Amino acid sequence: MDISKSLYEGERICLAHIDHEKDPEIESKWTHDAAYLRMLSPEPARPLSAAKLKKQYEAIEKEMEEKRNLFYFTIRLRPDDRLIGFARLDWIEWTNGNGYLRMGIGEAEERGKGYGTEALQLLMRYAFHELNLHRLTAVVPEYNPVAVHIVQKAGFTEEVRRRQALDRDGRRWDLLHFGILRQEWQARSEQ
Amino acid sequence: MNTDLFRGELVRLTAEEPELAGKAFARWDRDSEYYRLLDMDPSQLWSPKKIKEWIEKDLEKEEPNEFFFHMHTLEGDHHIGFIGLFVGAWSHRDAWVGIGIGERNYWNNGYGTDAMRVILRYGFTELNLHRVTLGVFAYNQRAIRSYEKAGFNVEGRERDRLHRDGERADCLIMGILREEWQG
Repeated sequence: MDISKSLYEGERICLAHIDHEKDPEIESKWTHDAAYLRMLSPEPARPLSAAKLKKQYEAIEKEMEEKRNLFYFTIRLRPDDRLIGFARLDWIEWTNGNGYLRMGIGEAEERGKGYGTEALQLLMRYAFHELNLHRLTAVVPEYNPVAVHIVQKAGFTEEVRRRQALDRDGRRWDLLHFGILRQEWQARSEQ
Repeated sequence: MNTDLFRGELVRLTAEEPELAGKAFARWDRDSEYYRLLDMDPSQLWSPKKIKEWIEKDLEKEEPNEFFFHMHTLEGDHHIGFIGLFVGAWSHRDAWVGIGIGERNYWNNGYGTDAMRVILRYGFTELNLHRVTLGVFAYNQRAIRSYEKAGFNVEGRERDRLHRDGERADCLIMGILREEWQG
C-alpha cells in the first residue's frame, strides 16, 4: 500500500471535482461540437446552454449523493486546473463489482495528446484500488476508432459486438462492449 | 395487416396493471431462483404496495419508452409472467427486452418462447425497431435455448459480470436484427 501516491494527480492532468461556477460555460461550448457528442453517446446530439448544464451538474452531484453508484470527475490540465474533459463511473453494481466507464476530452485542441489515456489510468486505479470493483465495461461505437484504440491500449478486451445497433448518417454501425478484469489491470500495472 | 398483435399460440399479452403486478411480483420474487435467473441486482423483497407505486409512477410518463405487458395463458387465462421492451434511443431503433415467468409450473413448456415471438412481432411491425437486444446469464441455459429458438444470436460475453454464491459468472448479450426476424 502506498497512500502517499495520489489517486487524482497524473503527470500532466488531474481528476478533480465540478466547478459549478466556471464549468457550465466551457462545457456548453463543447456541446456545440456535434462530432464530439456523437462519439460520446447514442443520444441525438444537441447543444446545451450553460444554464442547462448548471442544472445537469447539480443533478449529477445529487445522484452521486443519493444513489452512491456514480463517481464523476472533471479532467483538468496541470498546473492551472483548466477544464478539458470529464471521466465517470456509472451504474456501479456493488454486489457484482461492475462499473461502466465513460470519458471525453471536450476541448478540441487538447485531443490527440494522450490526456485521455492518462485520465483512464487514473480512473482504472480508482475503480480497482479504491472502489474495489472486479471489472469495468466501456461501450464504444465502432465509428470511434480513437476510443477503441485507447481502451485496447489500456488492456480492455472486446467482449460484445451489438450488430447494427446505431443509425448515423444513413447507415448502421455496431456498438462494441469492452471489458477489463481487475486481475488483468493489476498484472499490467505491475509490469 | 395482423390485427391480433398481442396474441400468440400459447399466451396473450395484456396491459400493465399496478395492482395485479404488485401482488404477483411480490409473490414471485420470494422465489429467489426465479429472481436470480432474471436480474443482476441483489435479490430483495418488496411489498406489493411499493411495487404498485413504482408502476403507477411509470404509467404517468407521457412519452413511454417502456412497453410492458403481463403474460396470460390462452388456456385458462392464468397470469404467469411478464415481458417488456425498453427503447433506449428511438433514433437508433434498438430496444432491450426483458421476460420472466414467475409461475414455475409453466417453465419449460414454450410459453416464454411464444411470448418472445409475440413481442418481437410487436417490436418490428408496430414500433418499427431495427433490432432487439437482451442480456442473459451464462448459467441460465433454459433461457438461452428459448431465445435461440425465437431467433436471437449470441453477440458476445461479458466475462465475470455477475458474482453469486461466491462464484463469478458471465453475462451473454444476444441480438436479433429485423432482417433476421423477417427471414
